[in-house]
Amino acid sequence: METAQDTIQQNEAKAETSKTLFKGTGSQVLLNGLIEEGVTTIFGYPGGAIMPIYDALYDYADKLEHILVRHEQGGIHAAQGFARASGEVGVVFATSGPGATNLVTGLADAQIDSTPLVCITGQVFAHLLGTDAFQETDVINITTPVTKWNYQVTDAKEIQEVLAKAFYIAKSGRPGPVLIDITKNAQLQLEEFPEYVKCNHIRSYRPKPKVRIEYIEQAAELINSAKKPFVLFGQGVILGSAEEEFKAFINKTGIPAAWTIMGEGAIPTSHPLNVGMLGMHGNYGPNVLTNEADVIIAIGMRFDDRVTGRLDKYAKQARVVHLDIDPAEIDKNVKAEVGVWGDCKETLPLLTNLVNENKHEDWLAKFRQYNQEEIDQVITPELYPTGDEMTMGEVLRNINEICGGDAVIVTDVGQHQMVACRYAKFNNTRSNITSGGLGTMGFGLPAAIGAKYGAPDKTVIAIIGDGGFQMTPQELGTIMQFGAAVKILILNNRFLGMVRQWQQLFHDKRYSFVNITSPDFVALAKSYYIEASKVDERANLRQALETMINHEGSYLLEVMVGRENNVFPMVPQGMSVSEIRLK
Amino acid sequence: MSTENTIEHKIDKADLDGKQEYTITVYAENRIGLLNRIAIIFSKRKINIESLNTSPSEIDGIHRFNIVIHEGYEVVRKLARQIEKQIEVLKVYFNTNEEIIWQELALYKVSTDEIAEKVTVERLLRQYGASAVVIRKDYTVFAVTGHREETDALVKALEPYELIEFVRSARVAIIKDSAGFHEKLKEFEAFEPGEELVENEFLEKGQKIFTM
Ligand SMILES: Cc1ncc(C[n+]2csc(CCOP(=O)(O)OP(=O)(O)O)c2C)c(N)n1
Repeated sequence: METAQDTIQQNEAKAETSKTLFKGTGSQVLLNGLIEEGVTTIFGYPGGAIMPIYDALYDYADKLEHILVRHEQGGIHAAQGFARASGEVGVVFATSGPGATNLVTGLADAQIDSTPLVCITGQVFAHLLGTDAFQETDVINITTPVTKWNYQVTDAKEIQEVLAKAFYIAKSGRPGPVLIDITKNAQLQLEEFPEYVKCNHIRSYRPKPKVRIEYIEQAAELINSAKKPFVLFGQGVILGSAEEEFKAFINKTGIPAAWTIMGEGAIPTSHPLNVGMLGMHGNYGPNVLTNEADVIIAIGMRFDDRVTGRLDKYAKQARVVHLDIDPAEIDKNVKAEVGVWGDCKETLPLLTNLVNENKHEDWLAKFRQYNQEEIDQVITPELYPTGDEMTMGEVLRNINEICGGDAVIVTDVGQHQMVACRYAKFNNTRSNITSGGLGTMGFGLPAAIGAKYGAPDKTVIAIIGDGGFQMTPQELGTIMQFGAAVKILILNNRFLGMVRQWQQLFHDKRYSFVNITSPDFVALAKSYYIEASKVDERANLRQALETMINHEGSYLLEVMVGRENNVFPMVPQGMSVSEIRLK
Repeated sequence: MSTENTIEHKIDKADLDGKQEYTITVYAENRIGLLNRIAIIFSKRKINIESLNTSPSEIDGIHRFNIVIHEGYEVVRKLARQIEKQIEVLKVYFNTNEEIIWQELALYKVSTDEIAEKVTVERLLRQYGASAVVIRKDYTVFAVTGHREETDALVKALEPYELIEFVRSARVAIIKDSAGFHEKLKEFEAFEPGEELVENEFLEKGQKIFTM
């Protein structure tokens, strides 16, 4: 009988027989590995401890495009935008110390939004580790809570295997960010390296669980018995490339489906069963009816508190079926009666096979009825305002009319984000890119740059608040130098709008430090040789948007919108989803 | 009393009802930094670790962690899932005290003169099954293994006789259920690359010893 030890020895034997192909430095073998993994674009910023890698990169210019960002935070957000738009792994280079610590926000963002990234950081020479050497920081320990996996390489011989593992871990199972910290000596070390072998198995890691049919059967039974079933879908559908499988499931069952902002775009906005957005600033019907549904089918979503509101009053009447690839998500926040652990690309077709065809017309009509109420009270006044002030909603309506739902829309964080997610129309998946879990201001501009590299044929529009834009404006320099044709739309309300809204509603209008001034954004863009204009009257809005979208290259448009508009509906913090307020 | 305090008090009480000692057993690759990754799972949730032991297991390259916490079942189950989610972790088990056999080692340093003079001390030691590890002119070190109550009882008994120093190890535990980790490991290693296979066993709520 074969023992574990035997297997290990066999594997070792296999490794020895693979032929030596390449003699070079750790840096070179790293870049070769990236090429083997299909990488074409890297976002990064050099420095002392990563100089050998940059030196090697000099000779790889024809194979690896390196985008020099203006700040490592911009680099990692760009890689996130790239990954989200393309479905590929985003790659980032940064130097040790401050370079690496500047990645932390992006790592946290990618971790919570399950974005596949491989970050390579330089590190001081191995013999200097732990001596407080110049630009030494304990990158591994700093990034441990915000990475799916990380590893410090101190010997070049480790690079190939670690890189292969990194890519496998970043993109398999529930994707996430991975960081490899490479000491300078390992980057310089001259070695003979075997052929690069991609990783597709780690003995301690089970990315794809075996799907158990009995749970699918139980789920189907529950769904078939439901009078008021309701589907909640999240990014898991997109990450699993299961958009078609998902559509087939809802088409057959006729179950109304609502999305989390991370799931937006998985099915077209116009799909007849798409009933809108869940959560704090989501749509009225899906929130209220969450507390009426008898069976909730949660697919690739994680019951974030922004979605559930008060947990003790959340869907208590419903029996829950939860499909997720990550077993730790099932029962984490909301108890599932049936947990279907697996990749929804596999589980959904099995489930679709077993469920009955249905229409649920009366139930669907309830969503329509609430929707009409929301249209009358909130949506129409937002999209077709009658006052003098421009609304964020009407800007989005115009964008929809011009782009017809085909643009990639990247948002920053705040009121404009909620408005964009509520009103933007999408025909295609991977078209809505936003910082969902972390809510990172400063995400929008660099993520849009990355998204343009990830989806070069699409129109990429970054929608950003006047506050958020001022967090990472330096990335205009990246656009200037490398020419990403990003359309930048600043919705300027001269406030940190979302915080102001809360202060207005919950802190007696005590506007504490939300009044933010801005530079001349048009002049700023022009100083980076980026075309720009500003609109402060409705009469010019449509033309200005068309000019921006039809412009060949990058373009910045600043739109002055109402100062004190609020985003409604709203589930106030600590309230139940059915207590959502229309005003 | 402020409302805040009242609420806190209520929550505490509710939790106390279901809380007990759980021993979490983690099988993991021997990798630098993994301890930190695991520790973060507890500290992030503000959960105190009562005892932590990590050591090589009987299997080459695989380390075994024993972590003792005082928590409710739901919390422990969620923690176990988060730990098992770590890339280098192969398997996590969690068990109540009834489901395991465990020991702690305690060392007691007492003045040799005191022991020599006072026969009662010697009797005490015999009573507690202690063994002398070192005997010097100035002091003697005794060792005792056992459950917390046993090692604690000897502390109490020795205190009047110049207990110079006392140290206790973390808990080591063996799960009573006979189906061990070895079979599991073989499965893990036998897989051909790509063909990932693992049963949805965390959903098997009826199992005697809960695994995930
Ligand atoms: C890095 C960061 N700091 C602070 C916040 C808290 N925050 C959330 S929304 C918001 C206001 C955003 O203002 P602005 O960018 O002008 O957009 P608006 O809400 O006006 O559309 C703030 C400060 C955050 N999300 N991220």
